[in-house]
Amino acid sequence: MRRLILIAIPYLWLFCLFLVPFLIVVKISLSDTALARPPYFPQLDLTLGWQGIRDFFAELDFENFVFLTTDSLYWKAYLSSLKIALISTLLTLLVGFPIAYAMARAPEEWRPTLMMLVILPFWTSFLIRVYSWMGILSQNGLLNAFLLWLGVISEPLTILNTDIAVYIGITYTYLPFMILPVYAALEKLDGSLLEAAEDLGCSRTSAFWLVTVPLSKQGVIAGCFLVFIPAMGEFVIPSLLGGSQTLMIGKVLYEEFFSNRDWPVASAVAVVLLLILIVPIMLFQRNQQKQQEAEE
Amino acid sequence: MRRLSSFNVVSLTLGFAFLYLPMVILVIYSFNASKLVTVWAGFSTKWYGELMRNEAFLDAALVTLRVAVMTSTLATILGTCAAYVLVRIHRFPGRTLFAGMTYAPLVMPDVILGLSLLLLFIGLNVDRGVLTIVLAHTTFAMCYVSVVVSSRLVAFDASLEEAALDLGATPWQTFRLITLPIIAPAVISGWLLAFTLSLDDLVIASFTAGPSSTTLPMKIFSAVRLGVSPEINALSTIMIGLVTIGVITASLASKRAALRRAREEKAADRG
Repeated sequence: MRRLILIAIPYLWLFCLFLVPFLIVVKISLSDTALARPPYFPQLDLTLGWQGIRDFFAELDFENFVFLTTDSLYWKAYLSSLKIALISTLLTLLVGFPIAYAMARAPEEWRPTLMMLVILPFWTSFLIRVYSWMGILSQNGLLNAFLLWLGVISEPLTILNTDIAVYIGITYTYLPFMILPVYAALEKLDGSLLEAAEDLGCSRTSAFWLVTVPLSKQGVIAGCFLVFIPAMGEFVIPSLLGGSQTLMIGKVLYEEFFSNRDWPVASAVAVVLLLILIVPIMLFQRNQQKQQEAEE
Repeated sequence: MRRLSSFNVVSLTLGFAFLYLPMVILVIYSFNASKLVTVWAGFSTKWYGELMRNEAFLDAALVTLRVAVMTSTLATILGTCAAYVLVRIHRFPGRTLFAGMTYAPLVMPDVILGLSLLLLFIGLNVDRGVLTIVLAHTTFAMCYVSVVVSSRLVAFDASLEEAALDLGATPWQTFRLITLPIIAPAVISGWLLAFTLSLDDLVIASFTAGPSSTTLPMKIFSAVRLGVSPEINALSTIMIGLVTIGVITASLASKRAALRRAREEKAADRG
């Protein structure tokens, strides 16, 4: 009996506040936009009994999903989110790998401090970390002032409000997500394997590519998914650092809902975003499982 | 001891400079007398004064703290229950669905979670305010708590619980006297994690807040949308300062606890 209560409380909570709301989104994405309150049709009217339920299902259609494919704004936004998320993930890997590598090579007594230094930004506000780049990247910002002073450029660069600023923002805020799994994989790597490779005539570089990289593969994959998945649905970074041309689907969804008040289309955008993300999420799950099995 | 190669020293230096420089710059410029970003007009604390007089920010900070305290407490209780169920109870109808539901919010984009909860609240005709934000935050924060607590639950020996049950303790006594003290560090970190997640959230709060319940991130977001503001720099400095103090205190406390445990174990071995 007690056990039943223990299961029921978190179960019902997640059922009512996670699963049901999600089903509502799916349902509204199949409804039509209407000038009413709430602004969609049909409403499920249970007082009519079976007839009501049958009528309700008869009214549902995939019109909004068809609309998403005909209006170029949406598929462009999906493609551009995909592009931005991929490029940022790659950049994060390029920046994160050397840091994780150096951490794993550092003397053992430094490592807890280095770990804490990587985790500390996690605890500071995400919004503030994104905001901190606005003053650096703006037209009269610190980066431009610095480059002008160095004489590298003769007039200020436009970085803020472009896709480049979004890449920098995503790389910066998600960097710990990349460093931690890669570091975990590299730390376990047995140094004697590298010595053996070098003893057997391998150069340092080829030992790195033939031994270190394959053995850290799972950490790299995990890190890439941990950056890619949230970057796809990102809203704060493109709104603060991106420009009006920066299309990202999270921003489109937000505006569709709050500015255009088109609930059915916003819901359809959400459903498609989730369908796109299901593939990387499944792959990530499989990678984690493989890693766990390898450890056992 | 192995020496670090110069390549590694360079990547560590550059890497940590990249991670910390933007925040350091933010802190320095919060003491700038000028409103402009690049012009240093001398040291001044006037933006802090201005911030303290800005009641909208103070109100928003209070709302955020109230939401965060309620969220983290609720999420810790629910998340610990969920972790216990997932780790210790292997068979019950709908277990796969339950495991999926505790995992999915971790990877679901904020915009989708926010949208779906807003549509639920509108459908139920609930007035939006502090309560709806707490419900929304608890839903995703409990999943993070569950991850933290279940990793601790997996690591400890279930036979300790079985022994207590065999010796006549009730399940509740076993949980209170055996399980809870062992998983306590994870429960505390779960609480802290839920607290910061709630403090930090902008997107889900914007969807689920009502007109009278603006949270601090929402306030900051609408202020910085138009550009850099020295008041926000001051506010950010205060928040960064609080977090730094909090994290350092917590890590010192856990180090002290570890040392004490080691001493006690040594004493027990001798005795």
